[in-house]
Amino acid sequence: MTDTTYSLNVNGADRPVAGAWLGESLLHVLRERLALPGAKAGCEQGECGSCSVLVDGVLTCACLVLAASAVGASIITVEGIGPAERGEMTIVQEAFNDAGAVQCGFCTPGLIMAVHDLLDRHPDPSALDVREAISGNLCRCTGYGRVLAAVEVAIERSAR
Amino acid sequence: MTMAPPTGTPGTPGTTARGVAGGLGESARRPDGGPKVRGEFAFAGDLWADGMLWGATLRSPHAAARIRSIDVGPALAIAGVATVVTAADVPGSANYGLEERDQPVFAADVVRYAGEPIAAVAADHPETARRALAAIVVDYELLPPVTDPELALTGEPLHPDGNVFRHLTIRHGDPTARGPVVVEGTYEIGMQDQAFMGPEAGLAVPAEDGGVDLVVSTQWLHNDRDQVAECLGLRPDQVRLTLGGVGGAFGAREDVSLHVHICLLALRTGRPVKVVYSREESFLGHVHRHPARIWMRHTAEPDGTIVSFEARIVLDGGAYRSSSYHVVANASCFAAGPYRVPNAHVEGLGVRTNNPPCGAMRGFGAVQVCFAHEGQMDKLAAACGIDPVELRLHNALDHGDHLLTGQRIDGTLPVARVIRETMALPLPEPAADELLSRPGAAGRTTDAPHVRRGIGFAVGFKNLMYAEGYMDGSEAACVLVDGLATVQCAAAEVGQGFVTLAQQIARTVLGVERVLVAPAETASMGSAGSTSASRQTWMSGGAVEQACLAVRDQLLAHVASTLGCAAADLEIVGGAIRSVPGAALDVDIAVEDAAPGVPFEARRVFHHRVTLPLDADGQGDAHVSMACAAHRAVVDVDPELGLVRVVQLATAQDVGRALNPLSVLGQIEGGCAQGVGLATMEELVLEAGKVRNASFTDYLIPTALDMPEVVTTLVEEPEPGAPFGAKGVGEPPVISSTPAIVAAVRAATGVDLTRVPIRPQDVALADRPR
Repeated sequence: MTDTTYSLNVNGADRPVAGAWLGESLLHVLRERLALPGAKAGCEQGECGSCSVLVDGVLTCACLVLAASAVGASIITVEGIGPAERGEMTIVQEAFNDAGAVQCGFCTPGLIMAVHDLLDRHPDPSALDVREAISGNLCRCTGYGRVLAAVEVAIERSAR
Repeated sequence: MTMAPPTGTPGTPGTTARGVAGGLGESARRPDGGPKVRGEFAFAGDLWADGMLWGATLRSPHAAARIRSIDVGPALAIAGVATVVTAADVPGSANYGLEERDQPVFAADVVRYAGEPIAAVAADHPETARRALAAIVVDYELLPPVTDPELALTGEPLHPDGNVFRHLTIRHGDPTARGPVVVEGTYEIGMQDQAFMGPEAGLAVPAEDGGVDLVVSTQWLHNDRDQVAECLGLRPDQVRLTLGGVGGAFGAREDVSLHVHICLLALRTGRPVKVVYSREESFLGHVHRHPARIWMRHTAEPDGTIVSFEARIVLDGGAYRSSSYHVVANASCFAAGPYRVPNAHVEGLGVRTNNPPCGAMRGFGAVQVCFAHEGQMDKLAAACGIDPVELRLHNALDHGDHLLTGQRIDGTLPVARVIRETMALPLPEPAADELLSRPGAAGRTTDAPHVRRGIGFAVGFKNLMYAEGYMDGSEAACVLVDGLATVQCAAAEVGQGFVTLAQQIARTVLGVERVLVAPAETASMGSAGSTSASRQTWMSGGAVEQACLAVRDQLLAHVASTLGCAAADLEIVGGAIRSVPGAALDVDIAVEDAAPGVPFEARRVFHHRVTLPLDADGQGDAHVSMACAAHRAVVDVDPELGLVRVVQLATAQDVGRALNPLSVLGQIEGGCAQGVGLATMEELVLEAGKVRNASFTDYLIPTALDMPEVVTTLVEEPEPGAPFGAKGVGEPPVISSTPAIVAAVRAATGVDLTRVPIRPQDVALADRPR
């Protein structure tokens, strides 16, 4: 396996990646080389949304992108979506925590990214818009009921 | 998206009045909620160690074969490959298994299912490990796979232990009694997968004592530890398990998966090894819900009173036993549903085949039979000319009635009440016709005029906790210093919220708000049993309560001795130790100031009441407690395309007492989603024993667009003997949701559907009334 060296811009910082195999996905590099395991590997086929990140502002499954192809792009992960202070949360993160939207939590980082992406584009979505926006994020614990309630809470709090 | 808030009266009387926030009865926040929403919570697959290698597993592509030879040489020749292990390298027991050790760590000479492990490698990079697997040469002699359990029953043994995991007969009442109304049916349930979101993962680190430290996602740390130690030829204390963050479980993590492989690789290489399954490997690497073929015949009086019940239940256990023995018991004991049945004959069979192994999944045998008995109840209602809900009410079990096993229900089982409260929930509001909310949603071709609506109803029940004389226990420890409590228990938190409950219990008992929950591990804690059978709130909740009560008593005794009064004169109210009304002294000290620097510690083991084995007629007091739930489903169907959309589920559930109403609601909604999946989409498709859809592209689980609104009522009738009166709540939601949906589709289409999941062709190509 030929190794290569490049740099990624993640959460506002340039992060060197040294001695990596060119075939590594962005998800693998974030998790295993850059110590950012917030994005999860749930299917590695772009079906479950657990690895959702923003690449140049576009909600993307990090498992479907070669890391080396993301050179020059601005990448935001769940670790970079919120306030930098430890323990602080975004309105969306707080709403998930308050409304019972978290059980095992494996899908949660991907859902947080998807809901941020939705509300950034569309601050007052319909109920069906919300369901569609998170339909690419599989959750096996909640049946989505409390997740949808959390999104309502986030919309309400954002409007204040 | 309207959600009815849970009704009933959440809260233990006096709890919130005590003034400690986050106690029992409140919807306390999860302690791991913040880390989980910020992406900081460490799941087992997120772990990393210096000098770590990557492990990977070679699996058989064939369902039945003899292994002539295995050549690992080409794999070892690849740069970066540290070791390759096969059956020949297993130092201890060659076999493992949840209840009986019948499953090889690696197949040595015979392959019994497609996906069975053959070898494992450790390498410097996951891609190197994948290439090494591809380089291993295995010479197989293919055998014809036995995939039909009926053929396996009479065929050659596929294993030295034979092909029958269990054959249980229940004989109850008068075997000759029959009523004038007879209904009969055969029902099939496909193979459902737990499909938790976080694939199996672990990190094994070799230790200086020759043992190994394993961080792993599991449901039962101590059972895993014992199996791993046996296979490695180590003492149990040399294998130290710590629970890694668990991305859901639902039964699929009750069996050992990668545990022995990863420890073996770590011990062989002397380096930490990480294994994370891919989604495909996850589908192959854990047990599934038993597919079933169930025949039932009911007879009744013309007024609908059930006279007799007969059933033959055949569960396909796949290649290895796992928990099949007890799934057979549950399917058989609860085969008739929550109804009074005076006379019964039930035959339950769990059979070995060359299909993938099946074991625990949420609902554990009760799911399969509920689909059948609820189909029967609708048929019986039609044959008697009675409303199906009325028929169920007429026969509903209650406290004081008897199960098929002869056991008297001496706790609560409010079957009629969950039926009535479900029916009292509002039907869905009329909604605007939108493409996304039609059956098949966007991209399909349903026209609104073709859509037909149907309503269906079902009720189900199952036991809570282990059964048949199993001596179950859970250990918990509590330490209190200066108002900070630390609780420890080896109960696996898999997402259900035990960590929250442990805090709530400690807050309520000790009158402190600050409670830490220490990691679940085997080195310092005794077993808490499995996070399964809806048992941890009762068992480990009970253990935490007892440990906290012991600490409270020590604290009160200490304070009493310093004040020169009797401990009985003191109580904890809110965050304070106060004198009881009428005591000589007037005491009011904050708990955190009551004994500066003095630690109070206790460790307790909790047991539930004794159960008994079933006798030769399947009779006996085998079960601890039971819980029930009812579901009403509203569906839209395009009968010509065979597309189904579930519009609403309404459910009332017997919860005993809701200790955390928001968590209970989450369990109910999540269970309903798995019921929607089994009814409408979820099935592992097998071809000659091989799984053909081991991916989320082809094995579909409900998305946010597939899930209907769920309206819920909690029925709170405290269960005698249960800590805090609470029943386990995880399993009932998944039992009757599926048959309610199928009943609704039958009502919408007139098609006599006898199989789940419903496939488009089952509806579109069926003969049906015009």
